[in-house]
Amino acid sequence: MRYRKRKSGIPLAIELPIKGAGLPSETGAWAQKKKKKGFLHELVHNRILFLMLLPTLLFFLVNSYFPMVGVYYAFTQFDFNSGLFDAPFVGLKNFEFLWKSGTLVKLTLNTIGYNLAFILLGNVLAIVCAILLSELRIKWFKKLTQSIMFLPYFVSFVILSVIVYNVFNYDNGFLNTLLAQFGAGPVDVYNKPSAWIFLIILFYLWKNLGYSMVIYLASITGISEEYYEAAKIDGAHIFQRIWYITVPMLKSTFIVLLLFSLGSIMKGQFDLFYQLIGNNGVLYNTTDILDTYVFRSLKVTFDVGMATAAGLYQSLFGFILIMTVNYIIRKINDDYALF
Amino acid sequence: MHIKDDHYTRLLQGLAYTVIILGSLACLIPFLLIISASLTANDSIIKDGYHLIPAVFSLEGYKTVFTFPDEVLRAYGVTLFTTVTGTILGLFFMTMAGYVLARKDFKYRNTFSFYIYFTTLFGGGLVPWYIMMTKYLHLTDSYGALIFPGLMTPFLIILMKNFIRSAVPEELFESAKIDGAGDFKIYWRIVLQLSMPGIATVGLFLALAYWNDWFSSSLFINDPHKYQLQFHLYNVINSAAFIANMGAGTGVSLGSDLPTESTKMAMAIVVTGPILFLYPFIQRYFVKGLTVGAVKG
Repeated sequence: MRYRKRKSGIPLAIELPIKGAGLPSETGAWAQKKKKKGFLHELVHNRILFLMLLPTLLFFLVNSYFPMVGVYYAFTQFDFNSGLFDAPFVGLKNFEFLWKSGTLVKLTLNTIGYNLAFILLGNVLAIVCAILLSELRIKWFKKLTQSIMFLPYFVSFVILSVIVYNVFNYDNGFLNTLLAQFGAGPVDVYNKPSAWIFLIILFYLWKNLGYSMVIYLASITGISEEYYEAAKIDGAHIFQRIWYITVPMLKSTFIVLLLFSLGSIMKGQFDLFYQLIGNNGVLYNTTDILDTYVFRSLKVTFDVGMATAAGLYQSLFGFILIMTVNYIIRKINDDYALF
Repeated sequence: MHIKDDHYTRLLQGLAYTVIILGSLACLIPFLLIISASLTANDSIIKDGYHLIPAVFSLEGYKTVFTFPDEVLRAYGVTLFTTVTGTILGLFFMTMAGYVLARKDFKYRNTFSFYIYFTTLFGGGLVPWYIMMTKYLHLTDSYGALIFPGLMTPFLIILMKNFIRSAVPEELFESAKIDGAGDFKIYWRIVLQLSMPGIATVGLFLALAYWNDWFSSSLFINDPHKYQLQFHLYNVINSAAFIANMGAGTGVSLGSDLPTESTKMAMAIVVTGPILFLYPFIQRYFVKGLTVGAVKG
């Protein structure tokens, strides 16, 4: 018995100076503690570390986990004066309405459609620009143009709406000024729902191209010069070198970015859509996404139950989607799995 | 063979310069449009529309913005306050979190990482969050509503953790412990000193998000005195009655021929000015952040 106790004491003696925080009073209780060296032990042992992590844990508890309780509103006829569980329970009625009115299908298609366009066009353009930029030989010019193309990422979406206003407003927008100079009549872009599909994608690319370009540029810089030298000796010309070396080397960066964006395919770019479209009902058919619908239901039509239902649908659908994608990735190639 | 290679190389160079120059212009011209419009006489805009180069040069837009500087200055003050406070608090919390999660000897680091990461996978949605903020935390019309939501993001915490991992070798923790330093002292004296570039990067990401925030104001703030700068601009752009209101508040009667169009654009420049001015100095930190983040997310 005595022997055993001493034996269990040995690792303690070694561990103490490393782990540090072990107090003398703990030493006696060590034998017991070791059996279930669980969470509580860690909590006492590393209390400073836990304390340092505490603000973060609390933040996410309040900001992210508490609101999850509120998805209950999705099943109620909520009004602002009643408490959480006072609102009359209506079951799946909100969802039923969203489904039957066709809103849900339209919003889902819009949200996923725009996001797919953003992801595909965004990545392809970013790869093309990153490759071309990396080929530029004048150093200062390369730096300057990279900075310029990254600039739109830094301005707010409100500024973006100023730009759109400046270019497209009917009375004195830049576009109509330009058209008038060529003798053409003015165009009322704000009344053309189909034009906004194109414009929203265009302005998304404008704002985010620099961001993904910088990421791809970093991966290109990381490719060893030796590959290119070897290919050169073998007689590959520059386009072949790009196609057979650079492009394949960007594959892993591309997949990582792709998976990240697929994970949030149900989350719309709220800022972008809201600042460009705002409350212009004419354009909803082609430009309304889940996020803007939820926001409007909350702030304009005060339809809280419906808005929560749409939000919950968005969260759940997105969650199932990301789990499925991650599961498939795991089967194909474990390295790329998100978690 | 060699001639062909030269030929292709020249072709690619031509292509690269063309595309990059066009791309840069596309990124630059919208800003030039705003700058030009802000410097154009309002009559000229009403009559002939916006141009790339001012048709009739005038500073009246800026003059109007600064005739009644109260609102824009107050909005500047609010944004400055929330940006500084939020960035400092957020940095303090996130560097601590990053440090704890970077400590390999911290047993539950994966559990807690997942606890943080999970919030990006699933959430309650906007509405329950809004109700919690207004009904239960009573944050309507408070600076807390502007600062709290942006304090931390999972992405920045992971970025911070990666920065600390790469800046502070694991052995340093252990040797510091042997020398008798406590966990907090290691963080304060060693980790913070060594990961300054990473902290700058995360801090700038945070500050940019606060500076460009308009959403919190639009959700939680009813009192115009507490509008953030971007939301103030948003109102200027979207309300035709803005100029009239501006005069009404100060008791000065304003004619109907106020330079509304050029004023809107001047306001946009006044709001974006600091970003455009600081951009050349800070952009390399963002490049660094993206590069580290891309290596391992």
